[in-house]
Amino acid sequence: MDWNAFHLSLQLAAWTLVLLLPIGIVTGRWLAKTQTRARPWLQAFFALPLVLPPTVVGYYLLVFTGTRSPIGEFIMSWFGVSLVFSFPGLVVASILVNLPFAILPVQRAFEAVSNELHDAAACCGMTPWQTFTRIEMPLAWPGVLSAAVLTLGHTLGEFGVVLMVGGNIPGETRTLSIAIFDRVQAFDPLAAGRMAGFLLLISLVTVALGYGVLERRGQQRQKSA
Amino acid sequence: MAGVPLIAAAASIRPALEEISTRYNEVTGESVRLVFGSSGTLANQIANGAPYVLFLSANTAYVRWLAGLGLTQGPPVTYAEGVLALYSRSGLLGETENPLMALDSALQHGVVKRLVIANPEYAPYGSAARAALEHAGSWTRARPVLLLGANAGQAVQYALQGDVDVALVPLPLARLAKLQETGQLQVLPKETFPSVELHQQMVLLPGADQKTHEFFAYLQSIDSQEIFRRHGLLVPSPVNLTLQP
Repeated sequence: MDWNAFHLSLQLAAWTLVLLLPIGIVTGRWLAKTQTRARPWLQAFFALPLVLPPTVVGYYLLVFTGTRSPIGEFIMSWFGVSLVFSFPGLVVASILVNLPFAILPVQRAFEAVSNELHDAAACCGMTPWQTFTRIEMPLAWPGVLSAAVLTLGHTLGEFGVVLMVGGNIPGETRTLSIAIFDRVQAFDPLAAGRMAGFLLLISLVTVALGYGVLERRGQQRQKSA
Repeated sequence: MAGVPLIAAAASIRPALEEISTRYNEVTGESVRLVFGSSGTLANQIANGAPYVLFLSANTAYVRWLAGLGLTQGPPVTYAEGVLALYSRSGLLGETENPLMALDSALQHGVVKRLVIANPEYAPYGSAARAALEHAGSWTRARPVLLLGANAGQAVQYALQGDVDVALVPLPLARLAKLQETGQLQVLPKETFPSVELHQQMVLLPGADQKTHEFFAYLQSIDSQEIFRRHGLLVPSPVNLTLQP
């Protein structure tokens, strides 16, 4: 068992979640309420990582953020980090490929909050910020939670983009799923199988816990209604 | 981890290089980090800014390509000569001194349902395999049953897991995958693919520091050559090394 790789996977999942969830909430809510005609295009853009093969996403990331690209050079000279073959690069890539998982469930949840509630809250003298924190967020919370669970699970299992953008560098970009691949390449099916089983268990537990919380909340709300 | 040289190496030399790095650690107390992949993938990663400090390719072409891009440091060194092996399912080719001739007749009789090689377009061992089949006059007959691995490693994976009758793959990987336990494994001498060279070159990359230079030198030592040889690679003899300018 490559604990180093598992630790790296957890770190990647945590960073992705912390940075992506606010983006998901802001973008998802905005998409839910906006009247712009560009909405279908924006939604399609955010859903792209779902439909594009990981090799394509990885390819564009390499082209646009590689050390020889203008963006890559700029980031290197200003922040001193490379966005390819490094952990910070993996976090950026992970945020991008997880956009649909973080935005779409949140958007659906905010769409379900009716406009009458907004009006009622405004009539009661609530500021828009108060309406958001006290009315909208508690109602949209299950959507945010599913976004978090999906992002977490997807990050733990992500393979193609991580391999292309990260390489397979031990201690830096070799996540658990890459470590499994590496063991298969080394004709070490036993170690690969052990790690695969472990990843399966972790993923199952993560998603089941998420759904469990969602279900309990649903029941509570039914009781209080 | 910082300061530990990060080395990129062709998948076909994995078993040998892992042993060399362990031995190096025992002897000097220093360690290196190894990343394995197909030579083409690794060369591409280097071109895109991967932080490797030494690259061991399975051929000369990718090293030359990187040198052309100005991404290498110092002259390349041939560290080994690749060895191609022919794997065949037990009993398929029978006892034979010349497995390629036996393969040709098996192809004629239609008993070979699947023949695996690495992709000749970009995998060094793939082009050697193609050259061997062409030289034996079997290429046209082999084409309909050909299965291409993306690299030598994948070709061996197919041979190991799929129902494959014949595979032309690197000897070190075939041994690592224990292909000799599921069938026959025979070395194909260099004369069977005269048009392709399997010189395997390594080259230092711009980030190489003192520690990398030391490992680079160790890879050319008698110790390392012995390990390469034991894992089924041919090594340029020490006499030749001293004759080189």
